[in-house]
This record gives sequence, C-alpha cells and structure tokens, in this order.
Amino acid sequence: MHMSDSRTIAAPPEQVWAAILDPEVLKQCVPGCQEMHGSPEDGFEATVVQKVGPVKATFKGHVTLSEMIPNQSLTLSGEGKGGAAGFAKGGADVTLKQVEGGTELHYEVDAKVGGKLAQLGSRIIDGFAKKMADQFFTNFQNAVEGPGKAEAEAEAGALESDAEGGEPKKGWFKKLVT
Amino acid sequence: MPKDHGIGASPKRREDVRFLTGAGNYTDDINVHGQAYVHFLRSDVAHGKISKIDTSAAEGMPGVVRIFTGADFEGVGGLPCGWQVTDKHGEPMKEPAHPVLCQGKVRHVGDPIAAVVADSLEEARTAAEAIVVDIEELPAVVDMGKALEAGATKVHDDLDDNLCYDWQFGTDTETTDAAFKSAAHVTTLELVNNRLVANPMEPRVAVGDYSRAGDDYTLYTTSQNPHVIRLLMGAFVLGIPEHKLRVVAPDVGGGFGTKIFHYAEEAFCTFAAKACNRPVKWTSTRSEAFMSDAHGRDHVTRIELALDKDNNFIGVRTDTKANMGAYLSTFSSSVPTWLHGTLMAGNYKTPAVQVNVKAVFTNTVPVDAYRGAGRPEATFQLERVIDQAARELGVDPIALRRQNFITQFPYATPVAVEYDTGDYEATMAKMEELMDIPGFAARRAESEKKGMLRGLGVNCFIEACGIAPSNLVGQLGARAGLYDAATVRVNATGSISVMVGAHSHGQGHETVFPQVVAEMLGIDESMIDIVHGDTSKIPFGMGTYGSRSLAVCGSAMVRATEKIINKAKKIAGHLLEASDSDIELKDGMFSVAGTDKSVAWGDVTLAAYVPHNYPLEEIEPGLEETAFYDPANFTYPAGAYACEVEVDPETGKVTIEKFVSADDFGNVVNPMIVEGQVHGGIAQGIGQALLENCAYDENGQLLSASYMDYAMPRADDIPHMAHYVVDHSCQTPCTHNPLGVKGCGEAGAIGSPPTVVNAVIDALHSGGHTHVSHIDMPVSPSRVWAAMNGQ
Repeated sequence: MHMSDSRTIAAPPEQVWAAILDPEVLKQCVPGCQEMHGSPEDGFEATVVQKVGPVKATFKGHVTLSEMIPNQSLTLSGEGKGGAAGFAKGGADVTLKQVEGGTELHYEVDAKVGGKLAQLGSRIIDGFAKKMADQFFTNFQNAVEGPGKAEAEAEAGALESDAEGGEPKKGWFKKLVT
Repeated sequence: MPKDHGIGASPKRREDVRFLTGAGNYTDDINVHGQAYVHFLRSDVAHGKISKIDTSAAEGMPGVVRIFTGADFEGVGGLPCGWQVTDKHGEPMKEPAHPVLCQGKVRHVGDPIAAVVADSLEEARTAAEAIVVDIEELPAVVDMGKALEAGATKVHDDLDDNLCYDWQFGTDTETTDAAFKSAAHVTTLELVNNRLVANPMEPRVAVGDYSRAGDDYTLYTTSQNPHVIRLLMGAFVLGIPEHKLRVVAPDVGGGFGTKIFHYAEEAFCTFAAKACNRPVKWTSTRSEAFMSDAHGRDHVTRIELALDKDNNFIGVRTDTKANMGAYLSTFSSSVPTWLHGTLMAGNYKTPAVQVNVKAVFTNTVPVDAYRGAGRPEATFQLERVIDQAARELGVDPIALRRQNFITQFPYATPVAVEYDTGDYEATMAKMEELMDIPGFAARRAESEKKGMLRGLGVNCFIEACGIAPSNLVGQLGARAGLYDAATVRVNATGSISVMVGAHSHGQGHETVFPQVVAEMLGIDESMIDIVHGDTSKIPFGMGTYGSRSLAVCGSAMVRATEKIINKAKKIAGHLLEASDSDIELKDGMFSVAGTDKSVAWGDVTLAAYVPHNYPLEEIEPGLEETAFYDPANFTYPAGAYACEVEVDPETGKVTIEKFVSADDFGNVVNPMIVEGQVHGGIAQGIGQALLENCAYDENGQLLSASYMDYAMPRADDIPHMAHYVVDHSCQTPCTHNPLGVKGCGEAGAIGSPPTVVNAVIDALHSGGHTHVSHIDMPVSPSRVWAAMNGQ
C-alpha cells in the first residue's frame, strides 16, 4: 500500500526538522502511542495500541531514521509486532521545503501488514492506514504550530491536542522550543 | 410403488438423530483425564529464515508444561507424500522435507514454528505471546508464473528451483501436433481454477494419548481414513509400530477431502503425549483452519481444442500450472496428474488428448484434494472450451457435444483409462427434458422484460471414482493400495455389526450399508449396525474419498456377507438335514428347496454360537467373515448439467434461477441420500463458481481467512428447491463391482462450475457483450461488470 500527501506547516524548516527528531513529539503525534524512547541516531523504540477492525493489539516496534539531510529530508522505517495480531511495517520518505508561510512537508508512505491483520483486516487496512497517516500529520502540525489552524484543515475528531489548558492556541512543542 | 426397505429404498438417515439432537461424539467432545492443551505459534510471514527462537520467558509462565520447537523434532520423520509422480523425463518429482515444526525456515503464513503445551488453552496462548521469534524475511513466491522464472527465490533451498515436476501424459506430441495442424478450427482459452478452502463445519481436532503401562498410543483425530493416518504417522513420522498405535476418527463433521491428509498437528499431539506424559489436545480455530487445512484447486490452464471441418473434436491439448503450496501434502502430487489428466477426454471420442502439467512450489498453504480433486479442474477446462468453440462456430452447444459423444463401451481413452459403461445421450436427453430447453426463449424474454439478461449453460462431465485398482495406481506411483475391507460379525441372536474401512463424515454410511446387508439376508435393517473410524475395531481399510465408499468398501461388505450366507447355509443344511446346496435364503428364512422345511435366521446364528447341534467336524463355530475388495477398474459416473442465470446488467450480479442435473450413478441404494449428496455437491460448485476465492497478496499474506472475506454459499445463493432438480434415473450399472454402483459424492462439485460460467457467458452475449469469451471464477459482480464494460 502506498500513500502520499503534502501539507504546509506554519513554521520554518529548522523547527519542523527538530520536531521530527524529537521522541516526545513523535509520542504525542503517533495515534495510540504509549511509549517512545530513543534518539535519532539509535532509532526509537515505540509501543502503540491500535484497533484495526476486529483486531486490537499492542504493537512493539523499532523505528530507524536514515538518509537524513538536515532541514530537507529523511526516511523513517519501522516494524511493529503485535503478537497474535500480526505485524505492520513500513517506511516514510519525508521531504521539507521552505514555502511562503512556512514549510511544505511532503511524505511518501509504503506500508505492509501481515498475519491476522492481513487475514481479517485486508479490506479496511487501506482506509485505516490513510486515517493513521492523516492523524499523525495533523497531530504533528498541531504540535509544531498550535492547534487552531490545523484543526480547521483536519477532519473532525482526528485531533487530540495535548495543549495545556489556558494556552490552547500555542502548540506545546512551540512552547518547548521558544 | 417405491421400496420401503433394502436396496432402492430411502429410509431416513439414522445418524441424523444423534447429529440433530446434539448427541454426536466429535473429536472435540473427547476429553482424556489429565489432558493438556497445545497452541501452535504460527508464522505471520510467508517466507523467511528463523534466526532466533527464544522460549525462555514463556517457559516460566503459569500453566506451561513444555514448549516445543523444530529442534525437538530433529530425528523425527517429516510428513510424507503418498504418491510419487514421475516427470516427463522419467525423473521422480521433487520431494522437499516437510517437518512437523519448522526447522530453520518458515514457508507459508500459518507454518507452525513452536508449540506450547499448557494446563489450559488460555495459558498456552498467553505463553506463546512471550516466545521471541526473529525471522529474516525473504521475498515470498506467490505467483506460479514468477515462481518458475529463472532466478526466482526458492521455497526450498535444497532444490534447484520451484518446480516439483513437469508432467506430460496422453497422446504423443507428434500425433497431437498433427491433429492440430489438420484442424479446420482451433479454440483456445486461458483459465484459472480458483483456490478454495474446504471449510468443513467441524474444524480439525486431535487428541494424543500415551499409556506408559502398555507403551502404546491412541490418537483421536478428525480423519476420513484412520488406517491411512496410522500407517503414515506410525511408520513414516513417529516410528510407532501399528500394534502400538490406535487411531480413532469418531463422528467427523464434514471432510470434503481436506481431512484425508496426515497433518503436523496430529503427529505433534501423539508425539507430545509421550514427551509430556500427558494427553495433549488441539482444537483448530477457524482462523487456523484457513491457514493450515490443505487448500483445493489453484490451477492455471491454457487449453486448446481442435475441430475438423465437420466440427468433430480431433485434438485437445492442455498446459497447466498446478500450485502445490509450500510442501507436498499427502496426496497433492496425484491431484493435477492422475486424477486430472486421465479425465481430459471427458465424454468425447477425441482421438488425440495431451495433458501437460507443471507442479509448482509457492509460499502458500499446501494444496491437495478437495471434493472432486482434479476432475473438477479437467471438467471445467474441457466444458468451457467446448462452449467457446460452439460460440465461435455458431453451432448449438448441446448438438456439438452430442455429435462428439462416446457411444461404444468399453471405451479406451487416449489418457489411459477405460470407461466400462455409460450412456451420455440418455443423461443429455434427460437434462433437456427436465430443463425444458424449448421453453428457454420465453423465460429469457420474461427476464428481459425485467431488464435482466438470462443465460443458459449446459455441460457434461465424467469422473473416475471408486478409487482405485491397487495394481494400476501402484504403477502410477501410489504408495498405497486402494482396496477396502469389511468384517461382518453376526451375533448369537442374529444382530450384526459390520466393521468397515470406509469412514462416514456426512455420507450416510450408517443408513446405506445396512440397507445392502439387509437386502442380501432378508432381515430388518434395524438388526444391523455399522462400526467405522477406529483402527482397533475395523479391518485395514483405506477410508472415504474419491466417491469410493459403496463401490469399494460396499463391495467388500457384499463379499463378506456372501461368505456369511455360504456358512450359514451349511449350518442351516445341518439343522434341516439337507445338503447346503439345496438351501435357499429368502426373507430371513433358510429353507430346503422344494419343501416346506425351514429354519429362521436367528436359529442359525444361535447354532453358530451355541454349537450343540452343529457340524463341528466340518466348520468352525461362530459367524464372522472378513473380505478385502480391490476394484478391477475405476467407476465412471457421468452426467449432463444445465443452469439458467439472470445477470443484472447494472451491477453484474448473477442469480441462479434454475439448476438441473441428470446423473448416471449406476445402481442407487438410497435415492434420498444420493439426491442430498448431489444437492450438496452442486452447492459447493456454485460456491466455487460465484463466491469462493482464497486470496493471497503479493507478499504471501493470506487475505481471505475468515467468513468476512471468504464467501461461502448460503441458502439464498442456491435456487429454490422447485428449480433445483437432481435426477439419477439414467442408470448404466457399473460392470465390475457386485453392486453395480459408481459413486455420487463428488459429481455435483465436478459438474456444476462450468455450467454456471457457461450460463453467465451466454447471458452476456444475449445482452450484446459478444467480446466476452471467459470470466474467471468466482464470477463476482465486479468481474462480470468489468467484463461487460470491457475492463
């Protein structure tokens, strides 16, 4: 399965780049992520709980970052094992381009599922993966630039902002770095 | 007036009382004191090297008895293949090892990597989650064409490539080529016979039990042939001598072929019962069944039919790729060859028939016999290409078939078999009558008024059943004899237990077999019971598949009953003070011919067991006889099928409006059961034609592993009973077995898929979609719509 999309984030490429490399950001952005540890150099260990159709599972996996050109592009690849539920694995090529009003983030995702996920979920997996990717990048956009703008663009309900009460307009990552 | 007992009567199935009241005794109903449960950890990738299995964390988990991996089975035999096919160069087929648990590599999704035995199934499953398995994934070999390309990834590293065998059979190439060169017309079709999953209602189950007291084993298993399992597993896998191994296959809820084979799980349970010193039980889940029961069909074929200027068939040539899956299942190698190639002449006197088959290993579940086994594939190709030829030539498809029928019997085909008897004209005429072919035009007009396209599909079929003459199949590579056996044990008061090698898993043997014995002895059927499915009780018989039970095992039962009658006549002669040659048996009474002196069945049987007044110097006491019967030939059921479909031109949805089968099964013992078998077989054929498909993605992931994605036929996919007519009134009795029976279990599934597809193509042509020559099964709405719209 292959997916690609672009979105413009109202922040400079350097700030977007830093966010991609931050495990805390990734943890907040990956839907269902329970844990995320590691570093860009060593990769990240992640635990994600997700439900695909009838299959609910805890996926444990490792994400590696490669082909890194600072502020421009990188490749994320990883595999999550869900025990009896099977596995999911894939890669994303992410490129950043400075545009008027911020950074255009473009991604190309290839994903595969196996085991029970494929056996029971093959009909819904494409839609599910698209939704996951949308959620991730919406969360990411929120994290970088604050929730207001992205919310307007995103599908309803796809968003869970971790913004602290009282400062909803400012992304929490922005708070951290500014 | 129809008979109300004996041969030809239709007593209700006696076994149904227990099945319908929940009193059946299936393998999963069997629980042995102290039993543990096994859960198999199965591969979720199609192909890979196992780089690490770490069971340490799992071993300490609650309830775990022991965890097994492939290493525990080093030195234990692999699962054997029961039929060696020799390729066209005279070389034996490639037989890769098939370990009980994976050793070093996984080769399909569902391949068992480890087995956790625990006090409860829940504990076994939980512990399996804690086993760490690292697999270096390899590219999966899924498509047969790509599997045969040079340099393709190999399923088995120790083989040269993914080719199991390249087989050629029938007429030689020179003669076949000459026939095609001289042809006035050649029709060619490329066809897929879709991969199916058998889906018996009862999934597979095994309970292994070991007794330290006697150093012997009992395996309870869902099998169609317990003696075959005892021999294969005992001799070739675990090295247990037969006298130390009892195999019990109690009530079995459907087999359709997939329960013929010897499977890893039953070998595991038997092995583990001793290793753990506890009975070990495995019950397949439905998901496991999809990825571990042998699948069926999966052929890709190019077939050519050559006709002369008068539309006589002069040549048939096929080129088939047959998917074996990742390993050779028990009889997999025989299905695309001897069970398929030998039927490529069909009902027709085509002088040149050449069959080419390449069997291919792929990273998929093993493929083996499924209801019909090779014969549906042969029938589908031949009857589709004939239909297409009729369309190309603008001739009536019924007339074209009729013109080419074999009419003289016995008939030796160019593909090795000799049809002993048949009357294809009779079944065709019966089908035409029941279908009301002349009324079709009016029915089509009615459908068109509703905006629907109506099509009529017809075809013939022939199958080789009553499997099989042992000396013949031995020459063809079978590693088993295919006789069967029966013991008729007459008890002192005259009741009878008949121990049979055949196994009933839906066929109705418990009703039908007593009808035969009762007819021969003239006693009531209620005095006779059938015992089957337990190697400690029954003689060595080969089980039930290939529509063989009545033709082969029933014949053994007839022979044994004849021995009983001969001995009983001697006893009666003694009691009546007459020569046994003067004794007649009628309606359960022995009488001296031409006199009123007689003695009842029960008096004779009592004398046999209380031999106070008995010819002890001439014959032994007791009344029990065994016979083994080895058939002289296959039997050749044949018939003509027709169906009418409506196709919705807006959606492509196909509805079967009417289905007629006219079968020739030779003599029929229980017409009701025969009709039920044909109804069920056609339903499975309709399932294959319209609905069922086992799908893999390009990574070897099984995509159709539940009933959400694998479409089984339901009641509303089958025509209303008023339009679902099965007829078996055309009867040319088999010439070489004592009952004159041919077998009926597979006919419906063999004959019906081309009927449906032929009808759909006919409907599309009536709607002006004349560019459509073929649609692969399942003929789903999307495929029909795409074909209509040139996509």
